[in-house]
Amino acid sequence: MMTAQVLQQYLDFAYIVAVVLFILSLKFLSSPKSARWGVLAGEVGAALAVGATLLNPEVAQYKWILITLIVGAGVGVPLGLVQMTAVPQRTALSHAFGALSAALIGIAEFYVGTAPVTRFQMGEIGLEVIIGSLTFTGSVIAAGKLQEWLPQRPIVYRGQNIVSLSVLAGALGLAVALVVNPAHTLLFPIMVLVALIFGVLLVTPIGGADMPTVISLLNSYAGFSAALLGFVLNSKVLVVAGALDGSSGFILSVIMCKAMNRSFTNVMFGAFGQVQASGTAAKEERVVRSATPEEAASILEAANNVIIVPGYGMAVAQAQHKVRELYDALTKRGINVRFAVHPVAGRMPGHMNVLLAEADIPYDRLVEMDEINGDFPQTDVALVIGANDVTNPAARTDKTSPIYGMPILDVDKAHTVMVIKRSMNPGFAGIDNPLYYLDNTLMLFGDAKVFVGQIVKELGGGH
Amino acid sequence: MPADFISNLYVFILAGFVGFEVIKRVSPLLHTPLMSLTNALDAIVVVAAIIIAGRHETRLTTVLGAIAVAASFSNMVGGFLITDRMLRMFKSGRPKQ
Repeated sequence: MMTAQVLQQYLDFAYIVAVVLFILSLKFLSSPKSARWGVLAGEVGAALAVGATLLNPEVAQYKWILITLIVGAGVGVPLGLVQMTAVPQRTALSHAFGALSAALIGIAEFYVGTAPVTRFQMGEIGLEVIIGSLTFTGSVIAAGKLQEWLPQRPIVYRGQNIVSLSVLAGALGLAVALVVNPAHTLLFPIMVLVALIFGVLLVTPIGGADMPTVISLLNSYAGFSAALLGFVLNSKVLVVAGALDGSSGFILSVIMCKAMNRSFTNVMFGAFGQVQASGTAAKEERVVRSATPEEAASILEAANNVIIVPGYGMAVAQAQHKVRELYDALTKRGINVRFAVHPVAGRMPGHMNVLLAEADIPYDRLVEMDEINGDFPQTDVALVIGANDVTNPAARTDKTSPIYGMPILDVDKAHTVMVIKRSMNPGFAGIDNPLYYLDNTLMLFGDAKVFVGQIVKELGGGH
Repeated sequence: MPADFISNLYVFILAGFVGFEVIKRVSPLLHTPLMSLTNALDAIVVVAAIIIAGRHETRLTTVLGAIAVAASFSNMVGGFLITDRMLRMFKSGRPKQ
């Protein structure tokens, strides 16, 4: 019979193996070829850790564990099978679940009361529970916006930042009061409540176009709350997994911010996308040229090099499969077709890549902004589908534009630019796009899916 | 400062650096699967939830632990599942076919 101590050592060893597998799992993700091995490594590591934990002698009762594991799997499987277009809201929801469980465990730890909570432990628990709680409600709001249960436009009011920051200060103040005197246990639930409210206030004012940054930041918070929980429980496996998740979210947030030429503070407190005090100069009548699907098809047919620029509008219109048909029709004619993917196109990092991959477009045709931008001057046709701000040349030239300095896809340098758009309404950021008035631009007005479908029909007309 | 805190801090800082080095090599092509995979890995908090629920100390902590088990395990199952589904879709244009 193994003594408890020896068993504990075996269990710790299982956790170490799990941690190594987690790191390998992320390492495999460096290439699309090995990426699926990453999932396998992660699964084996997770199974090992969960199995070892179930053997832990501290676990006295299995009934509720088994029931909740089954419930968790019952919720998790459908969430793992959602449509690819629903991936951003699913991701936000999973940040919410992750943060919720981290917060609940911290709360339980506070109420366990096996040993009197020291000030230091109280500080750890307080911080952990605050981050977990605000990430939970913040992620729920983000998921609601992405699912369009809540308006995607920023919801703002006067003095908002002062209110939000006071609420955060309130939560931190309560945590400090608890550290000073951990016996004031009644303050604890109030602190949790205030942190939950702050999460709502934090994300409500943020607009849909900023979701890639927000979702990455929430990812990072969820990770760091798990790492902090590892500190509270003295569990190294949580510290490592949380640090990996937290740094991943943090790196993605930095990439997203850079791709918009904005700072974290500006994203979180700038309420971008409010109705702009628009147009410094009085707008003169500008001429827009539009084209029919037949004209668009014949221009595409005559081209040698085509770059397609997808954006959130393509996702909304569910046009990715029609785009794939267009890709096929053009490639069959020997035309070189590539896709230019801006880092913040869509609603989360990598959103466009997943949608296009779902439509069976080979990933070597999906090119990042920095790699493809030099090719636009030699490109016959740049076809913009549902993207707006990421193609706005004002970002390069107009110092008064709110997006001045944001790196953009230089579609205006192509010989012909075609833009599929529903109407002349400005995009999410509410900024006018001078691209539409250029001499080499043709506007294709209509629903992305329908319009691309019509172009495909024209191209297929010969047979 | 407790000794545990110091050793955890070491682990945290080193893991943060490893994470940074590994994750900056992930192609932007795979940023969505990266996020769902790290989410699934982060769901390892389920091990802490299992202990809290399984110790069965007070009704409150057992209930909190049980909810945490369900929430994090759903992330684990759903996260791996969707990551694998996404990665299966990424196909190279060049090889066989």
